[in-house]
Amino acid sequence: MTRLIASLHIALRALVVNKMRSALTMLGIIIGVGAVIAMIAVGSGAKQRIEEQIASMGSNLLMIESGSSTSGGSRMGAGTTATLTVDDAKAIETEIPGVKYVAPSIRGVAQVVYGNQNWSTGITGTSPEMIEIRGWSLSTGRPFTEQELDGAAKVCVLGETVAENLFGGIDPVGQIVRIKKIPFTVVGALTPKGQTTWGQDQDDLIFVPLTTAQRQLFGQTFPGMVRNIAVQAWGPDEVKQVETQINELLRQRHHIQPNQDDDFSVRDLTEMMSSREASANVMSVLLGSIASISLIVGGIGIMNIMLVSVTERTREIGIRIAVGAKTRDILLQFLIESLILSLMGGILGIGIGMVGTIILSSFTQWPILFSTTAIFLAFLFSGSVGVFFGFYPARKASLLNPIDALRYE
Amino acid sequence: MDTLATTNNTIIQVQDLTKVYRFGEGEVHALRGVSLSIQRGEFLAIMGPSGSGKSTFMNILGFLDQPTHGQYLLEGISGERLSRDELAEIRNQKIGFVFQGFNLLARTSALENVQLPMIYARTSTLKRKEMAIKALSEVGLAGREHHHPSQLSGGEQQRVAIARALVNQPSIILADEPTGNLDSKTSIEIMGIFQRLNRDLGITIIMITHEPDIALYAKRNIHFKDGVVVDDRENSSRLTAAEGGRA
Repeated sequence: MTRLIASLHIALRALVVNKMRSALTMLGIIIGVGAVIAMIAVGSGAKQRIEEQIASMGSNLLMIESGSSTSGGSRMGAGTTATLTVDDAKAIETEIPGVKYVAPSIRGVAQVVYGNQNWSTGITGTSPEMIEIRGWSLSTGRPFTEQELDGAAKVCVLGETVAENLFGGIDPVGQIVRIKKIPFTVVGALTPKGQTTWGQDQDDLIFVPLTTAQRQLFGQTFPGMVRNIAVQAWGPDEVKQVETQINELLRQRHHIQPNQDDDFSVRDLTEMMSSREASANVMSVLLGSIASISLIVGGIGIMNIMLVSVTERTREIGIRIAVGAKTRDILLQFLIESLILSLMGGILGIGIGMVGTIILSSFTQWPILFSTTAIFLAFLFSGSVGVFFGFYPARKASLLNPIDALRYE
Repeated sequence: MDTLATTNNTIIQVQDLTKVYRFGEGEVHALRGVSLSIQRGEFLAIMGPSGSGKSTFMNILGFLDQPTHGQYLLEGISGERLSRDELAEIRNQKIGFVFQGFNLLARTSALENVQLPMIYARTSTLKRKEMAIKALSEVGLAGREHHHPSQLSGGEQQRVAIARALVNQPSIILADEPTGNLDSKTSIEIMGIFQRLNRDLGITIIMITHEPDIALYAKRNIHFKDGVVVDDRENSSRLTAAEGGRA
């Protein structure tokens, strides 16, 4: 213990005496650790954002869109023709065993008025299951019911953005809003989900019963047609099977011949997001590795300076060995010196890395996330860099011949 | 130590010591068979031209170097089969070094310089400080504990070095040209300190010098030439030095 305190004291003293050199040596580690911290923060921020989106999208989700139409030989995009019907949705729900919820929906844009406030937003006519499927929850009130769906009741559930713009802070439940001049009673409001990765506000919407939307808001050429059908499977293992069965069922129901293309498309949204998450992961590993290289370069800087320091202090080492310092004493002295350099560099690097990342994200709006584990590991890694690169110079010092060392000018 | 002293008052026994340095093809015979014994409480001056082997001899006496042939015993201990760390421990416990160039740690106070051997002896911090203050007052530097070497005169720096050599209560002090960097007045003061330590504390002192008038302060003079002792006699006209006040 006495030995350790003494060595610590000697090492600190040597570092303080050479302030400028110590600071410059630390700089390598500071930059290295700072870069690692920043890269990991940006990487995990992106990853977390994607995870949140997957959660907010609803899990085990399949989205069926009505298919592309062919008009004069040129194929239009998905959803250009309404080929899906409410009956398709019902058939999926009753005939495919792995299906938990099915929610058909149609969409349109309309103006909503409350008092002297007005707001234009997307109106989604759907079934009450939609709220469950997409992982929404209510901040106030209730979702509309099956009875209200069957009776085409004029009720609606508001997204956070709509509620905020029309009502400010007031509880909207029980109030009457006018959508396309038709009065609707607000029965609930949704808790916010925030923006998607592509910057779309997910909370700018209104849910109304599908029947009400079909009859009152968006008069349709073909009654019973829907824009898309959201299907939730019971679990992640069922998703693939359900997808195949939906394909078979709909081809059969739509009388599609084996050599004909589908007039609908089924997309597995969770899978899409998972692949984005995987690429975000690869990205953060890549960034982290590049940053680690700078940490190693910093370590080589420490070794370099420690070698210079050992040469410069040859006489001092000679004196110490002459008056009785053992190999371990000298080894420990220089090892502690490089350890202090690298750990202090590590601490400063963590601080500077965090501040830098916060500044960066305030300019770029990138999501960032600091993980305690990553910070702890960066600290530990900088310490091991110190020991690893400090060992050779320290060993060299501890094995000096005292006679030559004392004669060294 | 006491048992050894009562049966035999010899502190250093050197038998047929040779040292050969090899440089590639060539060889340099630094010592060609030196035999002598030194009694406890002696004050020895070793003289001789450069290249006579006196420095090599001192390095061997100080356990800093090993002889090629022959035997060296310090209080009956031979360094022949000892490891690097065991030799370091003997140096720490039994030998005090004083060098021509003082060899103090720069930017380190006198007090801390004197504590250095005790750090490696694992002495407690409190005891270290106490002993260092005592050793500094022993060499007339009380009150200058916190001065750095750059704030001290050459004579004062050498006093700090002597305090450092004293502090672990060694059996012998080895001084390699201790007055080589000092003016004659300061040199005599340093000799005064050595004489008092030798007389009052009974410390054995072995000193290399090339100045004949400095050698006159020792009790015994030995001359080296070409790696052998050519002259070894009691100093019949011994001088006594005044220590002088603080410089």
